Amino acid sequence: MPKHTIADILRGLEAKTFSSEEITQQYLDAIAKHDSKFNSFITVTGEQALSQARAADTARQKGAAGALCGVPIAHKDIFCTEGVRTSCASKMLDNFIAPYNATVVDRLASAGVVTLGKTNLDEFAMGSSNETSFYGPVRNPWNTDCVPGGSSGGSAAAIAAGMAPAATGTDTGGSIRQPAALCGLTGLKPTYGRVSRYGMIAFASSLDQGGPMAKTAEDNALLLQAMAGFDHRDSTSMNVAVPDYVAGLSKDLSGLKIGVPKEYFSDGLAPDIAAAIEASLDVYRKMGAEIKTISLPHTHLAVPCYYIIAPAEASTNLSRFDGVRYGYRCENPKDLDDLYTRTRAEGFGAEVKRRILIGTYALSSGFYDAYYRKAQQIRRLIKQDFDEAFKSVDIIAGPTTPNPAFALGEKVSDPVTMYLEDIYTIAVNLAGLPAISLPAGFTQGKPIGLQLIGRDFDETTLLAAAHQYQQRSDWHQQAAPGSV
Amino acid sequence: MSLDQNDIAKLARLARINIAETETAELSERIGDILNMVDAMQAVDTANVVAMANPHDAIQRLRADEVTESNHREKFQQIAPQTADGLYLVPQVIE
Amino acid sequence: MEWEVVIGLEIHVQLTTKSKIFSGSSTAFGADANTQASAVDLAMPGTLPVLNEQAVKNAILFGLAINADICRDSVFDRKNYFYPDLPKGYQTTQMDFPIVGPGIVEITLSDGSTRSVRVHHAHLEEDAGKSLHEDYQGMSGIDLNRAGTPLIEIVSEPDMRSAEEAVAYLRKIHSIVTYLGISDGDMSQGSLRCDANVSIRPKGQEEYGTRAELKNINSFRFVERAIKTEVLRQIELIEDGGKVKQETRLYDSDKNETRPMRSKEEANDYRYFPCPDLLPVHVEQSLIDELLAGMPELPDAKRQRFESDFGLSAYDAYLLTGERAVADYFEVAANSAGDAKLAANWVNGELSASLNRDNLSINASPVSAEQLGGLIQRIRDNSISGKIAKQVFDALWNKEGDSADAIIDSKGLKQVSDSGALGAMVDEVLAANPEQVEQFRAADEGKRKKMLGFFVGQIMKASKGQANPGVINKLLNEKLGG
Repeated sequence: MPKHTIADILRGLEAKTFSSEEITQQYLDAIAKHDSKFNSFITVTGEQALSQARAADTARQKGAAGALCGVPIAHKDIFCTEGVRTSCASKMLDNFIAPYNATVVDRLASAGVVTLGKTNLDEFAMGSSNETSFYGPVRNPWNTDCVPGGSSGGSAAAIAAGMAPAATGTDTGGSIRQPAALCGLTGLKPTYGRVSRYGMIAFASSLDQGGPMAKTAEDNALLLQAMAGFDHRDSTSMNVAVPDYVAGLSKDLSGLKIGVPKEYFSDGLAPDIAAAIEASLDVYRKMGAEIKTISLPHTHLAVPCYYIIAPAEASTNLSRFDGVRYGYRCENPKDLDDLYTRTRAEGFGAEVKRRILIGTYALSSGFYDAYYRKAQQIRRLIKQDFDEAFKSVDIIAGPTTPNPAFALGEKVSDPVTMYLEDIYTIAVNLAGLPAISLPAGFTQGKPIGLQLIGRDFDETTLLAAAHQYQQRSDWHQQAAPGSV
Repeated sequence: MSLDQNDIAKLARLARINIAETETAELSERIGDILNMVDAMQAVDTANVVAMANPHDAIQRLRADEVTESNHREKFQQIAPQTADGLYLVPQVIE
Repeated sequence: MEWEVVIGLEIHVQLTTKSKIFSGSSTAFGADANTQASAVDLAMPGTLPVLNEQAVKNAILFGLAINADICRDSVFDRKNYFYPDLPKGYQTTQMDFPIVGPGIVEITLSDGSTRSVRVHHAHLEEDAGKSLHEDYQGMSGIDLNRAGTPLIEIVSEPDMRSAEEAVAYLRKIHSIVTYLGISDGDMSQGSLRCDANVSIRPKGQEEYGTRAELKNINSFRFVERAIKTEVLRQIELIEDGGKVKQETRLYDSDKNETRPMRSKEEANDYRYFPCPDLLPVHVEQSLIDELLAGMPELPDAKRQRFESDFGLSAYDAYLLTGERAVADYFEVAANSAGDAKLAANWVNGELSASLNRDNLSINASPVSAEQLGGLIQRIRDNSISGKIAKQVFDALWNKEGDSADAIIDSKGLKQVSDSGALGAMVDEVLAANPEQVEQFRAADEGKRKKMLGFFVGQIMKASKGQANPGVINKLLNEKLGG
């Protein structure tokens, strides 16, 4: 079962090798039996999953099966699910039963998926290690002393451990790609505006994007097909036609021009990872791609720029958590001020508070120009770097992270070092581009991720490039030692 | 760039987060680290760069003026900390 | 010392849209608490705003009406502060790029003089909910039905120099938005709310004094009183050696005093920044053209037309065009009466007084414009005198008949112009007052004029007011041998 992909499950369901109810039950059993080791789920929705599975089996018998009918998946606990706790891994929302579904949840439900439960994450998606969750850290199935990455660490660990074939994630600065890389998975951050943000609890509105996480590029294509598309409830959702991603997997890539940014191969990159990326580029060369060195000169400014913009947006996005209409409220507030200050002091964890304060500072009077406006300007320079590069290449390739999964607790006391782990992923969010991370080797028994960055709305080329690489490699087929 | 206790207190006040005095030293150190890292931006001349708020430089779509929502008060207030007569209750608001 | 008063107004106008500015909730007034508060209005996690097209059009219409520049790419910002009636912890508003740029509003004062008040800008924003201070278990109740109602905030330059000017400006804004149909302008329901920035300075001094902001003054009358009260406070304060503090004050209409607002004491830092959930609002020239083409006649144009087409005085025209409903009423009445000046006198006089007395708006007038027109026709053809006309008007007001004619008939109020009948009446009166007749005949020309009034009065009394005064005058002159 850990090797099951969505494509495998669809074939099995179609061939009646197993029913959705049977396979759903198997995953639920695996979660019940093994998740105590990983802590990848915050909420398991067993009964609901089984009833959805039975409904899917009936639909399939009637010949009314949606594209993903009966496929069990998990949702990152940042997507609102009606009638089910949606916690964002925060004490603030520990009691929040969402009264509506996120658009992504609705879309996947109409495609027929079965929801196994809600996966763990860094609190409000603020982190790269899944250590800031109110529900405790998640462990990496490849090495349980290590972090799975974050913020979609629960989704990544659940898939890597074989407790779900696929899951949703969200990516603000690398939160899909980095855990995918650290857990040996394939994860796609779509173009900003490709997937609706409605019902996805906001961290940084101009950067957040939901996307799929799975073992293969093919599964990513299947999921994205259901998730993507215009949503009238999200003003930043773009009305751009959704192509057939599955059909696009076999797109002819001969003559593909791949740019490799020289800035990505600097001192901070682990030598094994550099070597693995070089090796994967050789695979592409053999596929007929042309590899070119390019320059993204403002790369070093991406992390500083992000650590102003993301906290600034977050600081106000999180003002709604005030103990008045939903969520946590402190005991016996003595007055209105006490209600606010204590609810928010008790409801938010340390990293969230830190980021709210930084964001508040960056927007405050006297500092706005030096920080927030400056960051918005740098953001344009970063975007222009990519625009320039895409004049001469079709995709950009490089490592997803400079290092493999690090030990739990290793970087907790040094946030800046942890932030710098996101150096390759963050610029992509600032520019709004699509990018995919796929397994490209191992170092010390830990997975290495290859990141491919594409042009706006050209997820097709990324998925095809990843898929065709996976036809020529088996990194993505390796099972984590901790898996079921 | 570093923030002193007063700065932290002011930010905490704006953000309505109660910060204990024992927490401020560590907070100010960590925030100081982050601000130092962020200061790399100041070396770049951005005088002629237009700020970018959205990755696509797109424009706002407008919604037709139609009532599309109905009353879900009961459902919404089931998850509220405290309500009475359909109102959300908070400690006395002073004008 | 002689002081000069400096006033700037910030006027919040609720726009008449069916749904809220960023959600599909109804904006209808008076629904049960929180029944018109959707997930978006409640700032539930993950919800997002989508901008209402009509709110944008309404704002542009206002801008066009005051000849302002329309910002082709306006931007929504977040204004961050915590308050229980503000669910997101920020108000979505416009700061650096408001949709309506600088414009001009002409005001007319009671002496007929006019002034220009500059509008600095007008921006779109969302209204907050309401905090109800009645005691709920020792707590306040929050109703978010109003949260998200579209507003434009119209910010003037500090161009007004008296409370009267401020009221005239406020009335002018009220008439513009109601003419445009972009707001119902109902101050009692909070559809139009006014904050006044008030300061004083020694006459002749260029730099402004420190201003106090008076919040939420909710009627024309209170605006005048609040400003006058605040001006007196500031003068007294300064003359006693004190200093005006820049602060927000609340006007208490019961005590007729202003006092500092406790909740606004804390210096705030609103941390405005562009709302990342919304994109710039792009306005095409074609939309502006379309709105201009459909623009109704505005108060200034209507006033000029009333002057030129109807021959009204500037002041009558000004009074009639303040409210669109009054102007519309007048036009119908004038056309049906066939005499605009008489119609103007009646609308500005008897009708206006009666409406005020019964505290009614013109839309609720018991006497319709057609009925008033019919009444004026009977004055014009001498069927009734002006005095009888007031009786007929009162009867119409009290619904004693469907038309002036019906009331004149049923009450027998038709004016008597028949010389034969009136001649007999004149003879009777002269016979009953021989002394006065003698005095009259002995008097000189100047005194006679006055004395004639006595006889006319007696005859009017005898005829219950129905005698035609012109005919009586003529007969009296004949019979008294004048």
